[in-house]
Amino acid sequence: MIKELIDLLSLWALPGIILIILTVAIFRKVSVYEAFIEGAKDGAKVSFNIIPYLMAIIVAVSMLRASGAIDSIASIFNGILNKIHIPADILPLAIVRSLSGSAALGVFSDIVSNNNIDSYTTKLAAIMMGSSETTFYVLTVYFGAVGIKKYRYALLTGLCADFAGIVMAVIITSIFFI
Amino acid sequence: MNYIWYFLILISIVFGVINGRLSEVTNAVFSGTELAVKIVLTLLGIMTFWLGIMKIAEKSGIVEFLSKILTPAAEKIFPEIPKGSPIIGDIAMNFSANALGLANAATPIGIKAMEGMQKLNIDKQSASDPMCTLLAMNTAGFQIIPATVIAILAANGYKNPTEIIVPTLLVTGTAFISAIIIAKIFKKLFPAQQESAVENND
Repeated sequence: MIKELIDLLSLWALPGIILIILTVAIFRKVSVYEAFIEGAKDGAKVSFNIIPYLMAIIVAVSMLRASGAIDSIASIFNGILNKIHIPADILPLAIVRSLSGSAALGVFSDIVSNNNIDSYTTKLAAIMMGSSETTFYVLTVYFGAVGIKKYRYALLTGLCADFAGIVMAVIITSIFFI
Repeated sequence: MNYIWYFLILISIVFGVINGRLSEVTNAVFSGTELAVKIVLTLLGIMTFWLGIMKIAEKSGIVEFLSKILTPAAEKIFPEIPKGSPIIGDIAMNFSANALGLANAATPIGIKAMEGMQKLNIDKQSASDPMCTLLAMNTAGFQIIPATVIAILAANGYKNPTEIIVPTLLVTGTAFISAIIIAKIFKKLFPAQQESAVENND
């Protein structure tokens, strides 16, 4: 029952939001088509700007995977990792996601294309990826903009929250998809 | 990032030699570039579409509407900021824009809120408590629709990519709330130092 409700919610989330946005916009006499084009141009720009970043990290991670290093490191921790439902492939994502958004995106894409698409690993990676923001980047931008030099507990808070997010992602993914 | 990138490549080559997989590592350079291009093409599609839709949301005032609803909550989370201050409005707007995935709109508003807080801040070099709380909210990355993730799943043949929306929401929601709670706990643990008064006596 609850599962069905959640599936229904997931199914409707995207079309629902699009429908609401468009309807509100039409009633408020926003020129929706022009607005769409304007935003879409930004989207194209963002995607092109991200190419160098993605290239750097995806090539590096592909090399890492090919070298067998991930398997070697993972085999050491295999017992523990298996017990807490963390596949070895997830490790690089967990490490990199607080540091760089485009790097995390690269690692995530690498995971998706190298694992069975329906696997637990893919789902866990997707949920981790969709629920995180790049802590270091956010701190640098916001504090840099107003000239704060001492971050006090802001970084620690961000990292603790990231860790809590990883734990939650593992728990929720296990509940939903195992 | 510099060191991480260097070490990734260094470790790959070292392990490639140890495991006798150096040719695989070399081939991975080329397959990696191919994969990167494939991903960019996927992203190009979804980013163009989604940011188009989100621009409509921005222009139709949905962000303002959401932030009005959220203002009372923001006042509770930021007791240090006087009620009715425009900073509270900026914080609510920053959150709403982030929730809709409008990072480009959220950042300037967030910085505006930071500037407002900096005016209230005593030690201009050091982060104030409300600043730390705002950043905790931002680093938690609360977002309603993870559009890029869905796009990459779909491009790789995932049958029902939107099924991750609700679980993701649960995770990001809890992470967001715990970020605020953690910030509040640390505020007690690491109180602001009243350095200036002490130093003046020296």
